[in-house]
Amino acid sequence: MFNPVSSQAQSITNLFNLTMLIAAVILLLVTGLVLYVSFRYRARPGEGEPRQIFGHRNLEIAWTAAPAMLLAVLAGLTLHTMRLSDPSIPSQTQPDVVIVGHQWWWEVRYPKSGVVTANEIHLPVGQKLLAQIESADVIHSFWVPQLGRKMDAIPGHSNHLWLQTDQPGIYLGTCAEYCGTEHAWMRIRVIAQPPGDFEAWQQAQLQSPQIPSEGDAAKGAQIFQEKTCVVCHTNGIGPDLTHVGSRDTLAAGVLENTPTNMTKWLKNPQTVKPGSNMPNFNLSDAEIQALTAYLEASK
Amino acid sequence: MTYPIPLVPETSKPLPSLLEPEGLLSWVASVDHKQIGLMYLLASLAFFLVGGLEALLMRIQLGTPNNTFLSPAAYNQIFTMHGTTMIFLVVVPMLVGFATYLVPLMIGARDMAFPRLNAFSFWIFLFGGLLLYYSFIAGGAPDTGWFSYAPLSERAYSTSTGLDYWALGLLGVGVGTVAGGINLIVTILTRRIPGMNLRRVPLFVWMVLVNAFIILFALPPLNAALVMLLIDRLLNAHFFTPASGGSPLMWQHYFWAFGHPEVYIMILPAWGMISEVIPVFSRKPIFGYEFVAGSSVAIGFLSFAVYAHHMFTVGLGHPFDFAFSAASMLIAVPTGIKIFNWIATMWGGRIRFTTSMLFAASFLIMFTIGGITGVTFAIVPIDWQLTDSYYVVAHFHYVLFGGTLFAVFAGIYYWFPKMTGRLLSEKWGKWHFWLTLIGFNLTFFVQHILGIIGMARRAYTYPDLPGWGTMNMISTVGAFVMGLSVLVFIWNIIVSLRRGQPAGDNPWQAWTLEWATTSPPPVHNFDRLPPVRSRRPLWDLAHPENPDWKHGK
Repeated sequence: MFNPVSSQAQSITNLFNLTMLIAAVILLLVTGLVLYVSFRYRARPGEGEPRQIFGHRNLEIAWTAAPAMLLAVLAGLTLHTMRLSDPSIPSQTQPDVVIVGHQWWWEVRYPKSGVVTANEIHLPVGQKLLAQIESADVIHSFWVPQLGRKMDAIPGHSNHLWLQTDQPGIYLGTCAEYCGTEHAWMRIRVIAQPPGDFEAWQQAQLQSPQIPSEGDAAKGAQIFQEKTCVVCHTNGIGPDLTHVGSRDTLAAGVLENTPTNMTKWLKNPQTVKPGSNMPNFNLSDAEIQALTAYLEASK
Repeated sequence: MTYPIPLVPETSKPLPSLLEPEGLLSWVASVDHKQIGLMYLLASLAFFLVGGLEALLMRIQLGTPNNTFLSPAAYNQIFTMHGTTMIFLVVVPMLVGFATYLVPLMIGARDMAFPRLNAFSFWIFLFGGLLLYYSFIAGGAPDTGWFSYAPLSERAYSTSTGLDYWALGLLGVGVGTVAGGINLIVTILTRRIPGMNLRRVPLFVWMVLVNAFIILFALPPLNAALVMLLIDRLLNAHFFTPASGGSPLMWQHYFWAFGHPEVYIMILPAWGMISEVIPVFSRKPIFGYEFVAGSSVAIGFLSFAVYAHHMFTVGLGHPFDFAFSAASMLIAVPTGIKIFNWIATMWGGRIRFTTSMLFAASFLIMFTIGGITGVTFAIVPIDWQLTDSYYVVAHFHYVLFGGTLFAVFAGIYYWFPKMTGRLLSEKWGKWHFWLTLIGFNLTFFVQHILGIIGMARRAYTYPDLPGWGTMNMISTVGAFVMGLSVLVFIWNIIVSLRRGQPAGDNPWQAWTLEWATTSPPPVHNFDRLPPVRSRRPLWDLAHPENPDWKHGK
């Protein structure tokens, strides 16, 4: 939230900085007063009771009115910033990207091009994308602080927000609403690319990956079918793995995507991400080697 | 032939010892508000130690990134139990315990209006708390957070019986709290001695009165929602399951319609304690009595109009969000009034810095921090960023620990002599205070920053991003300093109970009626009462040359 990369996030940060400035002044005032009276009016031996004062009407009015006026100003700024940070969405607009929260990963679909991926959201720099946030099971919340507001993913109810970045880069986010065992590992990775690169990425995602017709990778492709991996990984229980080799991380951010880590994950997913829906298939070392080769080749 | 002898309180012994024959029975069967109040305080202190232990386990797990000290399942159960325990089994019963003990004494009554209902309230609360903890043995504690959002809390996603125990336990606690609230309202409205009109009752009593009304209107939505959740879970109904036509958002509306007033339930009596402690140790009457009492009534009403600021990220639309935003800002005004009134009470006084007053004075600053961060959540766009992050965790700990518990500690040091006849040690008290202040700020201040840079709450671990490990380690160290402070506090209670300085009737030269009787008070509370012609009857007695009633107070 300190380094916003979109105008929406920037407007929130501006308001937050102003609020913190006001907060600091109030806190200094209160702390200063408490410390001042504590030292100035500390009891000293041999003194009698102080003068008994019961109140002061004008003072009460003053310290009621002053905060009320300050808050009225903040309320105005709130309304203004709400519009800036969460611009209205014309009805009937089709979403550019659909983000679906699952226990415990994110499904990402680009309905206009047909690209389907998971946990890593590619965005073209400088363009406003309308994101539709949904949930497949419990309530999640989509939050990438540098991009702007968070938005809950609620089963049976679609939410919308604008996603936009002004500079290329990788921005990290996470699920912000507690959603069960692996809530901690439901990370989001936003990859903002120049529009040309984004287009190239989309094209690559739409091609079938080039899997060698023999060797470990080919064996792995067969195991992927035989061991029924393919079932969960196409029906929405687990992420689509068609292009998993092109992603940066595994298991929604637990591990960096390397052949070693892929092996570790396949060996026993429950030690890497305890509680996740991926069972331990008790694969042999040879099977793991083949699957790793296949998945890493799936770029 | 022998007849059973009915148990009658031994009037010469205000507090029966457990060691004497029928000692246990004379506590269990007691309908005396003082004994019941003490049992509330002891039970909530015991739950406080358990909840604190849970907090330490969480802080060990979070001390370093990617830590594996606790499994995710264990962590999720522990954070759920920590929150549920601290809110329902510590803060609320602690405050109800003080109210039960003090209100009849402060208004010159012999007991609560309904003594047996009073005993029922306590025992059903304790039973609910034990039922909740029984879940650990019964196959797993609840693991869906203290607000148990549907559909995560439904059977499809939370398969252990933990949630059932959670709902049943809280239902017990909730029924006890409502009964206690009714009892307090009737007691305050009907049991005041002649002369003590509502413009003269101590501010603590005022705050308890407002509090009891909030309880009366806020707890029923929770109890109703708990019943619906139980029907969903045990009888396969569909109140909150979206797949079969239920609405998970309805749970949130019910829960927060209770949950936000609950925040004020957890702070109002604490404000009342501060309003008793600060004047006595500043040697001046409270500044602006009417404004402190009136602002509490305003808060009582407004507390029901702000709950949806917990739901700004749900996507209910800008007009809805802004309405609750404006109400939430409005409630900051009567809260701020109090801070200024307390400081004005200290102004021009002769302040005695006992441990009690140290806690009260630092309460003013800690609570201000929590209050200010609270206002940032009323500002909708900031809430959109920071809700459900560690910034929230920091915020409500500044309110509930820096606010309520600091006030409760001030109250304990202040009223312990009345309850036991002995003063708490000031030496250990100062150690307790400084360790608490340092440990508390170490633990929670950095959590503001962690939230701003993107750490979500309720995560059992986090990636090794720059600064995250360091700040979390600072927080963990702080938690252990707080743990040490609690040990010092317990030690202080133990040694002071045995060898503490005898208190006498009125060790602080205070002015309200509870100090007009012995310490501890006899079973019937008062042998005789001074006339009540103002808010400070004991001041009038000690200063016949300048009584308050001459000033019309």
